[in-house]
Amino acid sequence: MATSSPKGIWKVIGASSVGTLIEWYDFYIFGSLATVIASKFFPQSNPTAALLSTLATFAAGFIVRPFGALVFGRLGDLVGRKYTFLLTLIIMGGSTFAIGLVPSYDSIGFAAPIIVLLLRLLQGLALGGEYGGAATYVAEHAPPGRRGYYTSWIQTTATLGLFVSLGVILLVRHGLDSNTEISIQKFNDWGWRIPFLVSIILVGISIYIRLKMNESPLFARLKSEGKVSVNPLKESFGHKTNLKMVLLALFGATMGQGVVWYTGQFYAQSFIETVCKIDFEQSRTMLIWAILFATPFFVVFGSWSDKVGRKWIMMAGMLLAIIFYRPIYQQFLHLSDTAVYQTQAPVTVSEPHKSTDHINEYTIVTTSVVKTFADGFAYTQKNRDTVATHTSQLVMSSTPVFTEKKLPAAVYWKFVFLIFVQVIFVTMVYGPIAAFLVEMFPTRIRYTSMSLPYHIGNGVFGGLTPFIALLLTTINAGDKLVGLMYPIIISLVCLVIGTVYLSNKIDPDVND
Amino acid sequence: MNQLRKWMGLLWMLLAPLSMFYLCKTALHQIALHPVTDTKIQWGVFVIVFIPIAIGLCIFGWYAWKDEYKRQM
Repeated sequence: MATSSPKGIWKVIGASSVGTLIEWYDFYIFGSLATVIASKFFPQSNPTAALLSTLATFAAGFIVRPFGALVFGRLGDLVGRKYTFLLTLIIMGGSTFAIGLVPSYDSIGFAAPIIVLLLRLLQGLALGGEYGGAATYVAEHAPPGRRGYYTSWIQTTATLGLFVSLGVILLVRHGLDSNTEISIQKFNDWGWRIPFLVSIILVGISIYIRLKMNESPLFARLKSEGKVSVNPLKESFGHKTNLKMVLLALFGATMGQGVVWYTGQFYAQSFIETVCKIDFEQSRTMLIWAILFATPFFVVFGSWSDKVGRKWIMMAGMLLAIIFYRPIYQQFLHLSDTAVYQTQAPVTVSEPHKSTDHINEYTIVTTSVVKTFADGFAYTQKNRDTVATHTSQLVMSSTPVFTEKKLPAAVYWKFVFLIFVQVIFVTMVYGPIAAFLVEMFPTRIRYTSMSLPYHIGNGVFGGLTPFIALLLTTINAGDKLVGLMYPIIISLVCLVIGTVYLSNKIDPDVND
Repeated sequence: MNQLRKWMGLLWMLLAPLSMFYLCKTALHQIALHPVTDTKIQWGVFVIVFIPIAIGLCIFGWYAWKDEYKRQM
Protein backbone atom coordinates (compact mmCIF):
# COMPACT_ATOMS: atom_id res chain seq x y z
CA MET A 1 0.00 0.00 0.00
CA ALA A 2 2.75 2.40 0.97
CA THR A 3 4.74 1.66 -2.16
CA SER A 4 5.20 4.22 -4.91
CA SER A 5 6.69 3.51 -8.33
CA PRO A 6 10.52 3.85 -8.39
CA LYS A 7 10.20 7.13 -10.30
CA GLY A 8 7.45 8.35 -7.98
CA ILE A 9 9.39 7.68 -4.80
CA TRP A 10 12.38 9.70 -6.05
CA LYS A 11 10.05 12.61 -6.85
CA VAL A 12 8.71 12.36 -3.31
CA ILE A 13 12.21 12.20 -1.81
CA GLY A 14 13.45 15.06 -3.99
CA ALA A 15 10.56 17.39 -3.18
CA SER A 16 10.64 16.59 0.55
CA SER A 17 14.42 16.76 0.87
CA VAL A 18 14.88 20.06 -0.96
CA GLY A 19 12.33 21.79 1.26
CA THR A 20 13.75 20.30 4.46
CA LEU A 21 17.30 21.18 3.41
CA ILE A 22 16.25 24.79 2.84
CA GLU A 23 14.59 24.91 6.25
CA TRP A 24 17.79 23.66 7.91
CA TYR A 25 19.80 26.18 5.88
CA ASP A 26 17.52 28.98 7.09
CA PHE A 27 17.87 27.80 10.65
CA TYR A 28 21.66 27.44 10.63
CA ILE A 29 22.70 30.69 8.98
CA PHE A 30 21.55 32.43 12.14
CA GLY A 31 23.82 30.23 14.29
CA SER A 32 26.74 30.47 11.88
CA LEU A 33 26.51 34.28 11.91
CA ALA A 34 26.04 34.54 15.69
CA THR A 35 28.99 36.90 16.21
CA VAL A 36 27.97 39.32 13.43
CA ILE A 37 24.34 39.26 14.54
CA ALA A 38 25.43 39.99 18.12
CA SER A 39 27.22 43.14 17.00
CA LYS A 40 24.23 44.32 14.92
CA PHE A 41 21.24 43.59 17.11
CA PHE A 42 22.39 43.53 20.71
CA PRO A 43 23.93 46.34 22.83
CA GLN A 44 27.60 46.49 21.97
CA SER A 45 28.93 47.81 25.28
CA ASN A 46 29.71 44.28 26.47
CA PRO A 47 30.66 41.87 23.63
CA THR A 48 30.30 38.78 25.85
CA ALA A 49 26.80 39.81 26.87
CA ALA A 50 25.98 40.43 23.23
CA LEU A 51 27.26 37.01 22.19
CA LEU A 52 25.44 35.30 25.06
CA SER A 53 22.26 37.10 24.08
CA THR A 54 22.62 35.71 20.59
CA LEU A 55 23.30 32.24 21.91
CA ALA A 56 20.24 32.61 24.11
CA THR A 57 18.27 33.56 21.02
CA PHE A 58 19.80 30.52 19.34
CA ALA A 59 18.70 28.38 22.25
CA ALA A 60 15.25 29.96 22.10
CA GLY A 61 15.14 28.79 18.51
CA PHE A 62 15.79 25.26 19.72
CA ILE A 63 13.62 25.29 22.82
CA VAL A 64 10.60 26.41 20.84
CA ARG A 65 10.99 23.50 18.42
CA PRO A 66 9.04 20.99 20.58
CA PHE A 67 6.11 23.43 20.58
CA GLY A 68 6.29 23.55 16.78
CA ALA A 69 6.24 19.75 16.83
CA LEU A 70 2.99 19.84 18.84
CA VAL A 71 1.27 22.58 16.81
CA PHE A 72 2.18 21.32 13.34
CA GLY A 73 2.22 17.63 14.27
CA ARG A 74 -1.40 17.95 15.35
CA LEU A 75 -2.23 19.84 12.15
CA GLY A 76 -0.47 17.19 10.05
CA ASP A 77 -2.49 14.41 11.67
CA LEU A 78 -5.72 16.38 11.24
CA VAL A 79 -5.52 17.94 7.76
CA GLY A 80 -2.66 16.05 6.16
CA ARG A 81 1.09 15.97 5.73
CA LYS A 82 1.31 17.91 2.47
CA TYR A 83 -0.36 21.18 3.50
CA THR A 84 1.27 21.19 6.91
CA PHE A 85 4.83 21.00 5.74
CA LEU A 86 3.99 23.51 3.02
CA LEU A 87 2.91 25.90 5.76
CA THR A 88 6.06 25.33 7.82
CA LEU A 89 8.15 26.11 4.74
CA ILE A 90 6.33 29.42 4.18
CA ILE A 91 6.75 30.45 7.84
CA MET A 92 10.42 29.52 7.84
CA GLY A 93 11.20 31.26 4.55
CA GLY A 94 9.24 34.38 5.51
CA SER A 95 10.92 34.80 8.89
CA THR A 96 14.43 34.17 7.50
CA PHE A 97 13.89 36.77 4.78
CA ALA A 98 12.54 39.20 7.38
CA ILE A 99 15.65 38.80 9.61
CA GLY A 100 17.68 40.00 6.61
CA LEU A 101 15.59 43.18 6.53
CA VAL A 102 15.51 44.15 10.24
CA PRO A 103 17.34 47.48 10.88
CA SER A 104 20.22 47.29 13.36
CA TYR A 105 20.18 48.23 17.05
CA ASP A 106 21.94 51.49 16.17
CA SER A 107 19.01 52.47 13.93
CA ILE A 108 15.90 51.43 15.87
CA GLY A 109 17.17 50.61 19.37
CA PHE A 110 15.68 47.79 21.41
CA ALA A 111 12.99 47.07 18.83
CA ALA A 112 15.74 45.40 16.75
CA PRO A 113 16.68 42.56 19.14
CA ILE A 114 13.02 42.04 20.04
CA ILE A 115 11.97 41.66 16.38
CA VAL A 116 14.92 39.32 15.72
CA LEU A 117 14.04 37.23 18.75
CA LEU A 118 10.40 36.90 17.61
CA LEU A 119 11.45 35.92 14.09
CA ARG A 120 13.88 33.40 15.53
CA LEU A 121 11.08 31.88 17.58
CA LEU A 122 8.97 31.59 14.42
CA GLN A 123 11.87 29.79 12.72
CA GLY A 124 12.08 27.31 15.58
CA LEU A 125 8.32 26.77 15.49
CA ALA A 126 8.38 26.07 11.74
CA LEU A 127 11.34 23.70 11.99
CA GLY A 128 9.53 21.82 14.74
CA GLY A 129 6.78 21.03 12.26
CA GLU A 130 8.88 20.37 9.18
CA TYR A 131 11.03 17.35 9.90
CA GLY A 132 8.31 15.03 11.21
CA GLY A 133 6.19 15.82 8.19
CA ALA A 134 8.95 15.15 5.67
CA ALA A 135 10.09 11.91 7.34
CA THR A 136 6.51 10.65 7.68
CA TYR A 137 5.68 11.62 4.12
CA VAL A 138 8.65 9.76 2.63
CA ALA A 139 8.23 6.72 4.91
CA GLU A 140 4.55 6.42 3.98
CA HIS A 141 5.52 6.27 0.31
CA ALA A 142 8.43 3.84 0.76
CA PRO A 143 8.29 0.07 0.18
CA PRO A 144 8.51 -1.93 3.47
CA GLY A 145 12.00 -3.41 3.06
CA ARG A 146 13.61 -0.11 2.00
CA ARG A 147 12.21 2.37 4.51
CA GLY A 148 15.58 2.97 6.15
CA TYR A 149 17.23 3.59 2.80
CA TYR A 150 14.62 6.03 1.47
CA THR A 151 14.17 8.01 4.69
CA SER A 152 17.95 8.33 5.07
CA TRP A 153 17.86 10.84 2.20
CA ILE A 154 15.77 13.07 4.45
CA GLN A 155 18.40 12.51 7.13
CA THR A 156 21.12 14.00 4.94
CA THR A 157 19.26 17.32 4.73
CA ALA A 158 20.13 18.61 8.21
CA THR A 159 23.85 18.16 7.63
CA LEU A 160 23.64 19.40 4.03
CA GLY A 161 21.69 22.44 5.25
CA LEU A 162 24.61 23.23 7.53
CA PHE A 163 27.01 22.60 4.64
CA VAL A 164 25.12 24.98 2.31
CA SER A 165 24.86 27.66 5.02
CA LEU A 166 28.64 27.54 5.65
CA GLY A 167 29.33 27.55 1.90
CA VAL A 168 27.03 30.50 1.16
CA ILE A 169 28.51 32.50 4.06
CA LEU A 170 32.09 31.89 2.89
CA LEU A 171 31.20 32.72 -0.72
CA VAL A 172 29.47 35.97 0.20
CA ARG A 173 32.24 36.88 2.66
CA HIS A 174 34.81 36.66 -0.15
CA GLY A 175 32.66 37.77 -3.05
CA LEU A 176 31.83 41.35 -2.13
CA ASP A 177 35.15 42.80 -3.24
CA SER A 178 38.30 41.64 -5.02
CA ASN A 179 40.29 42.73 -1.95
CA THR A 180 39.66 40.13 0.80
CA GLU A 181 39.95 42.57 3.69
CA ILE A 182 37.50 45.02 2.14
CA SER A 183 35.17 42.14 1.25
CA ILE A 184 35.13 40.91 4.88
CA GLN A 185 34.56 44.48 6.07
CA LYS A 186 31.58 44.84 3.69
CA PHE A 187 30.28 41.45 4.80
CA ASN A 188 30.39 42.46 8.48
CA ASP A 189 28.79 45.77 7.62
CA TRP A 190 25.84 44.73 5.42
CA GLY A 191 26.79 41.61 3.42
CA TRP A 192 25.71 39.25 6.21
CA ARG A 193 22.11 40.05 5.20
CA ILE A 194 22.54 38.37 1.80
CA PRO A 195 22.41 34.73 3.02
CA PHE A 196 19.11 35.59 4.77
CA LEU A 197 17.63 37.34 1.75
CA VAL A 198 18.71 34.58 -0.68
CA SER A 199 16.47 32.22 1.26
CA ILE A 200 13.29 33.66 -0.27
CA ILE A 201 14.29 32.45 -3.75
CA LEU A 202 15.10 28.95 -2.49
CA VAL A 203 11.86 28.77 -0.52
CA GLY A 204 9.86 30.00 -3.54
CA ILE A 205 11.23 27.17 -5.68
CA SER A 206 10.57 24.62 -2.96
CA ILE A 207 6.99 25.78 -2.43
CA TYR A 208 6.37 25.41 -6.18
CA ILE A 209 7.72 21.83 -6.11
CA ARG A 210 5.77 20.87 -3.00
CA LEU A 211 2.50 22.27 -4.35
CA LYS A 212 2.70 19.71 -7.15
CA MET A 213 2.94 16.78 -4.75
CA ASN A 214 0.09 14.51 -3.70
CA GLU A 215 -0.97 13.72 -0.16
CA SER A 216 0.63 10.68 1.52
CA PRO A 217 -1.25 7.54 0.32
CA LEU A 218 -1.65 6.20 3.87
CA PHE A 219 -3.07 9.44 5.20
CA ALA A 220 -5.30 9.88 2.12
CA ARG A 221 -6.75 6.40 2.69
CA LEU A 222 -7.28 7.08 6.38
CA LYS A 223 -9.07 10.30 5.50
CA SER A 224 -11.29 8.68 2.88
CA GLU A 225 -12.27 6.02 5.42
CA GLY A 226 -13.03 8.69 8.03
CA LYS A 227 -10.46 7.24 10.44
CA VAL A 228 -8.40 10.40 10.98
CA SER A 229 -7.70 11.14 14.64
CA VAL A 230 -10.07 13.68 16.22
CA ASN A 231 -7.60 14.74 18.89
CA PRO A 232 -4.02 13.71 18.00
CA LEU A 233 -2.50 15.37 21.09
CA LYS A 234 -4.75 13.45 23.47
CA GLU A 235 -4.23 10.20 21.59
CA SER A 236 -0.47 10.69 21.49
CA PHE A 237 0.22 11.79 25.04
CA GLY A 238 -2.97 11.06 26.97
CA HIS A 239 -3.00 7.32 26.43
CA LYS A 240 -0.47 5.11 28.17
CA THR A 241 -0.05 2.76 25.18
CA ASN A 242 1.35 5.56 23.03
CA LEU A 243 2.92 7.77 25.72
CA LYS A 244 5.20 4.97 26.85
CA MET A 245 6.52 4.69 23.28
CA VAL A 246 7.02 8.47 23.05
CA LEU A 247 9.08 8.37 26.27
CA LEU A 248 11.05 5.36 25.06
CA ALA A 249 11.80 7.09 21.74
CA LEU A 250 13.04 10.17 23.63
CA PHE A 251 15.17 8.56 26.35
CA GLY A 252 16.31 5.53 24.37
CA ALA A 253 17.14 7.14 21.02
CA THR A 254 16.59 10.82 20.20
CA MET A 255 18.21 12.26 23.34
CA GLY A 256 21.57 10.60 22.55
CA GLN A 257 21.20 11.23 18.84
CA GLY A 258 20.69 14.96 19.51
CA VAL A 259 23.86 15.44 21.56
CA VAL A 260 25.98 13.35 19.18
CA TRP A 261 24.66 15.41 16.24
CA TYR A 262 25.42 18.78 17.80
CA THR A 263 28.75 17.79 19.33
CA GLY A 264 30.08 16.39 16.06
CA GLN A 265 29.17 19.43 14.02
CA PHE A 266 28.47 22.53 16.11
CA TYR A 267 30.51 21.99 19.24
CA ALA A 268 33.45 20.74 17.16
CA GLN A 269 33.46 23.97 15.15
CA SER A 270 33.03 26.16 18.22
CA PHE A 271 35.83 24.29 20.08
CA ILE A 272 38.23 24.57 17.15
CA GLU A 273 37.55 28.28 16.78
CA THR A 274 37.29 29.45 20.39
CA VAL A 275 39.47 27.00 22.34
CA CYS A 276 42.08 25.92 19.76
CA LYS A 277 41.99 29.47 18.28
CA ILE A 278 42.11 28.29 14.69
CA ASP A 279 41.58 30.91 11.99
CA PHE A 280 37.93 31.66 10.98
CA GLU A 281 38.25 30.36 7.41
CA GLN A 282 40.14 27.17 8.28
CA SER A 283 37.75 26.25 11.09
CA ARG A 284 34.85 26.46 8.63
CA THR A 285 36.43 24.82 5.60
CA MET A 286 37.49 21.87 7.80
CA LEU A 287 33.87 21.31 8.72
CA ILE A 288 32.77 21.65 5.10
CA TRP A 289 35.23 18.94 3.95
CA ALA A 290 34.34 16.61 6.81
CA ILE A 291 30.62 16.96 6.11
CA LEU A 292 31.16 16.44 2.39
CA PHE A 293 33.07 13.18 2.93
CA ALA A 294 30.76 11.85 5.65
CA THR A 295 27.31 12.69 4.23
CA PRO A 296 27.01 9.57 2.00
CA PHE A 297 27.22 7.49 5.18
CA PHE A 298 23.73 8.62 6.20
CA VAL A 299 22.45 6.59 3.25
CA VAL A 300 24.89 3.73 3.96
CA PHE A 301 23.71 3.32 7.57
CA GLY A 302 20.05 3.99 6.70
CA SER A 303 20.18 1.30 4.05
CA TRP A 304 22.11 -1.13 6.28
CA SER A 305 19.47 -0.69 8.98
CA ASP A 306 16.93 -2.27 6.58
CA LYS A 307 19.01 -5.45 6.78
CA VAL A 308 20.28 -5.61 10.37
CA GLY A 309 17.73 -3.48 12.24
CA ARG A 310 17.90 0.15 13.43
CA LYS A 311 18.77 -0.29 17.10
CA TRP A 312 22.32 -1.61 17.11
CA ILE A 313 23.61 0.84 14.50
CA MET A 314 22.32 3.77 16.58
CA MET A 315 23.65 2.30 19.83
CA ALA A 316 27.07 1.63 18.27
CA GLY A 317 27.22 5.29 17.15
CA MET A 318 26.57 6.46 20.71
CA LEU A 319 29.08 4.02 22.20
CA LEU A 320 31.84 5.12 19.80
CA ALA A 321 31.07 8.77 20.58
CA ILE A 322 31.35 8.12 24.33
CA ILE A 323 34.69 6.32 23.90
CA PHE A 324 36.33 8.64 21.38
CA TYR A 325 35.15 12.17 22.21
CA ARG A 326 37.83 12.94 24.78
CA PRO A 327 40.74 11.46 22.75
CA ILE A 328 39.56 13.35 19.65
CA TYR A 329 39.33 16.72 21.42
CA GLN A 330 42.63 16.06 23.19
CA GLN A 331 44.15 15.66 19.73
CA PHE A 332 42.63 19.00 18.65
CA LEU A 333 44.41 20.67 21.57
CA HIS A 334 47.67 18.82 20.96
CA LEU A 335 47.77 19.57 17.23
CA SER A 336 47.07 23.28 17.70
CA ASP A 337 49.48 23.76 20.61
CA THR A 338 51.99 26.56 19.97
CA ALA A 339 54.49 25.49 22.68
CA VAL A 340 56.82 23.73 20.25
CA TYR A 341 56.89 26.76 17.92
CA GLN A 342 57.83 29.15 20.70
CA THR A 343 61.25 27.48 20.85
CA GLN A 344 61.76 27.86 17.08
CA ALA A 345 62.70 30.92 15.08
CA PRO A 346 59.89 32.01 12.74
CA VAL A 347 60.58 32.30 8.99
CA THR A 348 58.70 35.60 8.78
CA VAL A 349 57.42 38.07 11.36
CA SER A 350 54.99 40.78 10.30
CA GLU A 351 55.28 44.44 11.23
CA PRO A 352 53.83 44.93 14.74
CA HIS A 353 50.29 46.32 14.78
CA LYS A 354 49.43 48.40 17.84
CA SER A 355 46.02 49.29 19.20
CA THR A 356 45.16 51.15 22.41
CA ASP A 357 42.22 51.18 24.81
CA HIS A 358 41.78 53.62 27.68
CA ILE A 359 40.35 52.41 30.99
CA ASN A 360 40.28 55.07 33.73
CA GLU A 361 43.88 56.21 34.30
CA TYR A 362 45.39 53.26 32.40
CA THR A 363 46.07 52.60 28.73
CA ILE A 364 45.98 49.04 27.43
CA VAL A 365 48.41 48.65 24.54
CA THR A 366 47.89 45.54 22.43
CA THR A 367 50.71 44.63 20.06
CA SER A 368 49.97 42.00 17.41
CA VAL A 369 52.50 40.25 15.20
CA VAL A 370 51.91 37.43 12.74
CA LYS A 371 54.62 34.75 12.92
CA THR A 372 55.02 32.12 10.19
CA PHE A 373 57.18 29.01 10.65
CA ALA A 374 59.08 26.73 8.27
CA ASP A 375 56.36 24.03 8.09
CA GLY A 376 53.66 26.60 7.25
CA PHE A 377 52.21 26.97 10.77
CA ALA A 378 51.32 30.60 11.50
CA TYR A 379 49.71 32.48 14.36
CA THR A 380 49.02 35.97 15.59
CA GLN A 381 50.81 36.72 18.85
CA LYS A 382 49.13 39.36 20.98
CA ASN A 383 50.97 41.02 23.86
CA ARG A 384 48.92 43.23 26.13
CA ASP A 385 50.67 45.86 28.26
CA THR A 386 48.97 48.06 30.82
CA VAL A 387 50.56 51.50 30.99
CA ALA A 388 49.78 54.39 33.35
CA THR A 389 48.36 57.06 31.02
CA HIS A 390 49.98 60.11 32.67
CA THR A 391 53.45 58.73 33.50
CA SER A 392 53.73 56.21 30.58
CA GLN A 393 55.08 53.76 33.13
CA LEU A 394 54.53 50.04 32.47
CA VAL A 395 52.19 48.68 35.15
CA MET A 396 51.59 45.13 33.97
CA SER A 397 52.47 42.84 31.06
CA SER A 398 50.12 39.94 30.44
CA THR A 399 51.12 36.51 29.06
CA PRO A 400 51.06 36.52 25.24
CA VAL A 401 47.93 35.13 23.60
CA PHE A 402 48.17 33.08 20.37
CA THR A 403 45.18 33.41 18.06
CA GLU A 404 44.13 33.09 14.40
CA LYS A 405 46.31 30.00 14.02
CA LYS A 406 46.79 28.78 10.46
CA LEU A 407 47.65 25.11 10.26
CA PRO A 408 50.01 23.53 7.73
CA ALA A 409 48.32 21.18 5.21
CA ALA A 410 49.17 17.93 7.02
CA VAL A 411 47.77 19.13 10.36
CA TYR A 412 44.75 20.72 8.64
CA TRP A 413 43.79 17.35 7.10
CA LYS A 414 44.25 15.63 10.47
CA PHE A 415 41.67 18.07 11.83
CA VAL A 416 39.37 17.29 8.88
CA PHE A 417 39.76 13.57 9.64
CA LEU A 418 38.95 14.04 13.35
CA ILE A 419 35.78 15.99 12.49
CA PHE A 420 34.94 13.41 9.81
CA VAL A 421 35.10 10.65 12.45
CA GLN A 422 32.66 12.60 14.61
CA VAL A 423 30.28 13.12 11.67
CA ILE A 424 30.45 9.35 11.04
CA PHE A 425 29.10 8.87 14.59
CA VAL A 426 26.37 11.33 13.61
CA THR A 427 25.49 9.32 10.49
CA MET A 428 25.26 6.14 12.60
CA VAL A 429 22.82 7.59 15.12
CA TYR A 430 20.93 9.78 12.67
CA GLY A 431 20.79 7.74 9.43
CA PRO A 432 18.30 5.09 10.63
CA ILE A 433 16.32 7.23 13.10
CA ALA A 434 13.55 8.49 10.79
CA ALA A 435 12.56 4.94 9.84
CA PHE A 436 12.87 3.89 13.48
CA LEU A 437 10.51 6.67 14.67
CA VAL A 438 7.99 6.17 11.87
CA GLU A 439 7.73 2.46 12.67
CA MET A 440 7.08 3.16 16.35
CA PHE A 441 3.77 4.99 15.88
CA PRO A 442 0.44 4.42 14.06
CA THR A 443 -0.47 6.46 10.95
CA ARG A 444 -3.35 8.40 12.56
CA ILE A 445 -1.06 10.08 15.14
CA ARG A 446 2.36 9.49 13.59
CA TYR A 447 3.19 13.11 12.75
CA THR A 448 2.47 14.32 16.31
CA SER A 449 3.96 11.33 18.12
CA MET A 450 7.29 11.20 16.31
CA SER A 451 7.81 14.97 16.09
CA LEU A 452 7.82 15.64 19.84
CA PRO A 453 10.50 13.16 20.96
CA TYR A 454 12.58 14.07 17.92
CA HIS A 455 12.53 17.79 18.68
CA ILE A 456 13.06 17.40 22.43
CA GLY A 457 15.99 15.10 21.71
CA ASN A 458 17.45 17.04 18.83
CA GLY A 459 16.29 20.54 19.73
CA VAL A 460 16.53 20.70 23.52
CA PHE A 461 19.19 18.11 24.40
CA GLY A 462 21.16 18.59 21.19
CA GLY A 463 20.59 22.27 20.47
CA LEU A 464 21.71 23.30 23.92
CA THR A 465 24.98 21.32 23.67
CA PRO A 466 27.29 24.24 22.69
CA PHE A 467 25.55 26.48 25.23
CA ILE A 468 25.80 24.03 28.16
CA ALA A 469 29.36 23.05 27.20
CA LEU A 470 30.34 26.74 27.28
CA LEU A 471 28.79 27.13 30.74
CA LEU A 472 30.60 24.03 32.03
CA THR A 473 33.85 25.59 30.82
CA THR A 474 33.16 28.73 32.83
CA ILE A 475 32.41 26.63 35.95
CA ASN A 476 35.60 24.55 35.62
CA ALA A 477 38.02 26.75 33.68
CA GLY A 478 41.00 24.44 34.39
CA ASP A 479 39.79 21.58 32.19
CA LYS A 480 39.39 22.53 28.53
CA LEU A 481 37.55 19.27 27.82
CA VAL A 482 34.99 19.68 30.60
CA GLY A 483 32.32 20.74 28.06
CA LEU A 484 32.33 17.17 26.71
CA MET A 485 30.93 15.87 30.01
CA TYR A 486 27.43 16.86 28.91
CA PRO A 487 27.22 14.94 25.59
CA ILE A 488 29.07 11.97 27.12
CA ILE A 489 26.71 11.62 30.10
CA ILE A 490 23.55 12.11 28.01
CA SER A 491 24.77 9.60 25.40
CA LEU A 492 25.65 7.11 28.12
CA VAL A 493 22.18 7.28 29.74
CA CYS A 494 20.57 6.99 26.31
CA LEU A 495 22.81 4.06 25.37
CA VAL A 496 21.84 2.14 28.52
CA ILE A 497 18.11 2.82 28.05
CA GLY A 498 18.24 2.05 24.32
CA THR A 499 20.19 -1.18 24.82
CA VAL A 500 17.91 -2.49 27.55
CA TYR A 501 14.48 -1.35 26.35
CA LEU A 502 14.50 -0.90 22.55
CA SER A 503 13.65 -3.70 20.18
CA ASN A 504 15.77 -4.32 17.08
CA LYS A 505 12.79 -5.73 15.18
CA ILE A 506 11.82 -3.81 12.03
CA ASP A 507 8.08 -3.17 11.79
CA PRO A 508 7.17 -4.63 8.37
CA ASP A 509 3.89 -2.71 8.18
CA VAL A 510 3.42 1.00 8.78
CA ASN A 511 -0.17 0.92 7.48
CA ASP A 512 -1.59 0.52 11.00
CA MET B 1 16.02 -9.28 30.57
CA ASN B 2 12.45 -8.41 31.57
CA GLN B 3 13.54 -8.39 35.23
CA LEU B 4 16.38 -6.00 34.37
CA ARG B 5 13.92 -3.72 32.51
CA LYS B 6 11.65 -3.70 35.54
CA TRP B 7 14.30 -3.04 38.20
CA MET B 8 16.04 -0.41 36.17
CA GLY B 9 12.75 1.48 36.31
CA LEU B 10 13.63 2.33 39.92
CA LEU B 11 16.92 3.80 38.75
CA TRP B 12 15.16 6.14 36.27
CA MET B 13 12.64 7.18 38.91
CA LEU B 14 15.54 8.09 41.21
CA LEU B 15 17.70 9.68 38.54
CA ALA B 16 15.02 12.21 37.58
CA PRO B 17 14.71 14.02 40.97
CA LEU B 18 18.44 13.66 41.66
CA SER B 19 19.43 15.30 38.38
CA MET B 20 16.90 18.08 39.00
CA PHE B 21 18.28 18.63 42.50
CA TYR B 22 21.80 18.87 41.09
CA LEU B 23 20.69 21.24 38.32
CA CYS B 24 18.80 23.54 40.73
CA LYS B 25 21.71 23.51 43.20
CA THR B 26 24.22 24.43 40.48
CA ALA B 27 21.87 27.10 39.11
CA LEU B 28 21.44 28.75 42.53
CA HIS B 29 25.18 28.57 43.19
CA GLN B 30 26.06 30.12 39.83
CA ILE B 31 23.43 32.85 40.18
CA ALA B 32 24.81 33.68 43.64
CA LEU B 33 28.34 33.87 42.19
CA HIS B 34 27.36 36.06 39.23
CA PRO B 35 24.08 37.80 40.10
CA VAL B 36 23.58 39.43 36.67
CA THR B 37 20.55 39.15 34.40
CA ASP B 38 22.33 36.98 31.83
CA THR B 39 23.22 34.30 34.38
CA LYS B 40 19.69 34.31 35.79
CA ILE B 41 18.15 33.96 32.33
CA GLN B 42 20.46 31.12 31.23
CA TRP B 43 20.02 29.02 34.34
CA GLY B 44 16.33 29.87 34.57
CA VAL B 45 15.82 28.55 31.02
CA PHE B 46 17.67 25.31 31.84
CA VAL B 47 15.64 24.67 34.97
CA ILE B 48 12.30 25.43 33.28
CA VAL B 49 13.09 23.30 30.24
CA PHE B 50 14.54 20.28 32.03
CA ILE B 51 11.88 19.97 34.78
CA PRO B 52 9.17 18.56 32.44
CA ILE B 53 11.79 16.27 30.87
CA ALA B 54 12.73 14.96 34.33
CA ILE B 55 9.04 14.34 35.04
CA GLY B 56 8.96 12.39 31.76
CA LEU B 57 11.93 10.30 32.91
CA CYS B 58 10.14 9.59 36.16
CA ILE B 59 7.02 8.43 34.27
CA PHE B 60 9.24 6.31 32.02
CA GLY B 61 10.75 4.68 35.13
CA TRP B 62 7.29 4.08 36.55
CA TYR B 63 6.12 2.38 33.34
CA ALA B 64 9.25 0.22 33.36
CA TRP B 65 8.63 -0.72 37.00
CA LYS B 66 5.03 -1.64 36.11
CA ASP B 67 6.31 -4.01 33.36
CA GLU B 68 4.96 -1.87 30.53
CA TYR B 69 8.11 -2.59 28.50
CA LYS B 70 8.01 -6.31 29.18
CA ARG B 71 8.46 -8.40 26.04
CA GLN B 72 6.87 -11.74 25.25
CA MET B 73 9.51 -14.48 24.94
